[in-house]
Amino acid sequence: MAEVLVYVDHVDGAVRKPTLELLTLARRIGEPVAVALGAGAADTAAVLAEHGAVKVLTDDAAEYADYLVVPKVDALQAAYEAVSPAAVLVPSSAEAKEVAARLALRIGSGIITDAVDLEAGAEGPVVTQSVFAASYTTKSRVSQGTPVVTVKPNSAAVEAAPAAGAVEALSVTFSAQATGTKVTGRTPRESTGRPELTEAAIVVSGGRGVNGADNFAIIEALADSLGAAVGASRAAVDAGWYPHTNQVGQTGKSVSPQLYIANGISGAIQHRAGMQTSKTIVAVNKDAEAPIFDLVDYGVVGDLFDVVPQLTEEIKARKG
Amino acid sequence: MSLRIVVTVKYVPDATGDRHFADDLTVDRDDVDGLLSELDEYAVEQALQISENSDDDVEVTVLTVGPEDAKDALRKALSMGADKAVHVEDDDLHGTDVIGTSLVLAKAIEKAGYDLVISGMASTDGTAGVVPALLAERLGVPQVTLLSEVSVENGTVKGRRDGDAASEQLEAALPAVVSVTDQSGEARYPSFKGIMAAKKKPVQAWDLSDLEIDADEVGLDGSWTKVDTADERPARTAGTIVKDEGEGGKQLAEFLAGQKFV
Ligand SMILES: Cc1cc2nc3c(=O)[nH]c(=O)nc-3n(C[C@H](O)[C@H](O)[C@H](O)COP(=O)(O)OP(=O)(O)OC[C@H]3O[C@@H](n4cnc5c(N)ncnc54)[C@H](O)[C@@H]3O)c2cc1C
Ligand SMILES: Cc1cc2nc3c(=O)[nH]c(=O)nc-3n(C[C@H](O)[C@H](O)[C@H](O)COP(=O)(O)OP(=O)(O)OC[C@H]3O[C@@H](n4cnc5c(N)ncnc54)[C@H](O)[C@@H]3O)c2cc1C
Repeated sequence: MAEVLVYVDHVDGAVRKPTLELLTLARRIGEPVAVALGAGAADTAAVLAEHGAVKVLTDDAAEYADYLVVPKVDALQAAYEAVSPAAVLVPSSAEAKEVAARLALRIGSGIITDAVDLEAGAEGPVVTQSVFAASYTTKSRVSQGTPVVTVKPNSAAVEAAPAAGAVEALSVTFSAQATGTKVTGRTPRESTGRPELTEAAIVVSGGRGVNGADNFAIIEALADSLGAAVGASRAAVDAGWYPHTNQVGQTGKSVSPQLYIANGISGAIQHRAGMQTSKTIVAVNKDAEAPIFDLVDYGVVGDLFDVVPQLTEEIKARKG
Repeated sequence: MSLRIVVTVKYVPDATGDRHFADDLTVDRDDVDGLLSELDEYAVEQALQISENSDDDVEVTVLTVGPEDAKDALRKALSMGADKAVHVEDDDLHGTDVIGTSLVLAKAIEKAGYDLVISGMASTDGTAGVVPALLAERLGVPQVTLLSEVSVENGTVKGRRDGDAASEQLEAALPAVVSVTDQSGEARYPSFKGIMAAKKKPVQAWDLSDLEIDADEVGLDGSWTKVDTADERPARTAGTIVKDEGEGGKQLAEFLAGQKFV
């Protein structure tokens, strides 16, 4: 069976959920061979094996952390040359997309970005994209070279499928470009203890209607009652009420949870671009004419300062 | 010392319009007005700021690859304050994918001459967000991408990249390719004086032969990807909307419980 390279997104050995989704998708078109780079690379093997990786190629050279992107391209290219895969799957994070694109160019292959689904086809993998702020669904394929596809989070349900997951050291020779962009400082993001925005099953968001940084406590309280991640509109982020890393939308994160609750958000096209594919959409907004209501499965026209705390109390009561 | 900055700007259909695909599954450019991709305004802004903060002699060139109308995007960038423009236009470019686009941009950047390339973080139509990385690969220069803060001094570009796991400080020697996010600082509005001045600024037109690119390397036929179908997403079925009369939160909880979220 053909092998499929899967690029692993991990932080110090902790594999992020989108990579496990990639392994599930990869099994539709072949046998996953995972590539894990940087500090903790070998620690990823157990969970990757549980999800179908027949092999895990690892390298923990310091270059991956000390320089931007190119060392990772060199490594993925080395893995590509070692394996001759039928396709290369990469998570659609900002950095991984850049790695994927440079690899595609080097190996003479087309690239499809931000896939939301993938199936085997007669002429290689058929890739589904959700485009124009999710108003169109396209099906495409790579017509030249080995398909390189980047896949958005929440594109597949993670399935366990135990495989060998044998760890092998990847031998990488860094290119002249590898040391071109130095990382001279790094401030890790503080963990909030809440689920990762792009990986959460439920996202509770606040917008300009929340009207202040302190008021975000009521959004967080609702999120915590549901075990949800917290999102924000750009208006709330630009006002300094919530960090940019939580922004949902075209220039923030795109999320596709089971449930999305928008509070005090009007539903501008750029916001919709990041949440329109959520399975169930709920909104609380005091303006009955707000465009967000065109998208909702359930909407409450009302003041979020009344509705949200009542909702939170009711959920807590029901959960006992 | 002089510093030549090339800013890549894309002409895109207005995202607030009702965008469609044409019969050949490329973007229908006739049914919605086009404009300078808003995310490239941030790139123009940073180029102008680097120019204003520099003691060197800085020249800002804006570059687009696109149809006739794409001149509008160049005019907007010129009226913001860029010095000159390059328009790559050729019928054979219709339907080019990211790999082909990066080829044309790279050749044009080399022909124009550059010390620094500045792009937006992503276009607002294709939204791939990979063209800047591809340009760095093709030009063989450092990529310093997705910056929310950027500065240039003594032949070195520095910036801050806010990633998922960490915020990173980056540094590279020129020449380099930079891309900036919409966190890098609001873009200026063109002044009346700027708009008038833009009319006199030079716009150079190049086609594929000027760049020594064969027609079969670009366009729909030269693309390394192929779109087979594009279907409009069915409108969501109208949901239930209630007005809060004191029980809105409870009603919503009831809905969520019915959907098994609680
Ligand atoms: C290139 C570009 C990229 C962009 N990217 C993004 C992006 O990634 N994400 C994003 O979100 N936006 C993005 N935007 C901005 C977008 O266009 C909107 O400006 C933004 O989404 C508006 O945020 P909002 O809905 O919170 O604010 P508003 O549009 O001001 O809406 C606030 C809403 O809150 C309601 N409200 C007010 N008070 C209350 C209350 N007490 N109770 C209940 N409801 C109340 C109001 O009725 C209103 O509907 C982008 C714009 C551009 C040009
Ligand atoms: C809905 C949709 C989906 C697409 N998906 C794919 C895909 O999966 N794979 C693929 O190969 N192609 C794809 N394309 C084609 C792609 O949009 C074009 O190749 C485009 O010219 C470059 O890609 P981008 O718009 O995604 O650029 P991005 O990488 O998002 O753009 C980043 C920056 O590059 C610069 N730039 C990009 N294009 C130009 C230009 N023409 N002129 C000047 N500067 C420019 C701008 O500064 C821009 O901000 C898609 C197009 C559409 C409309």
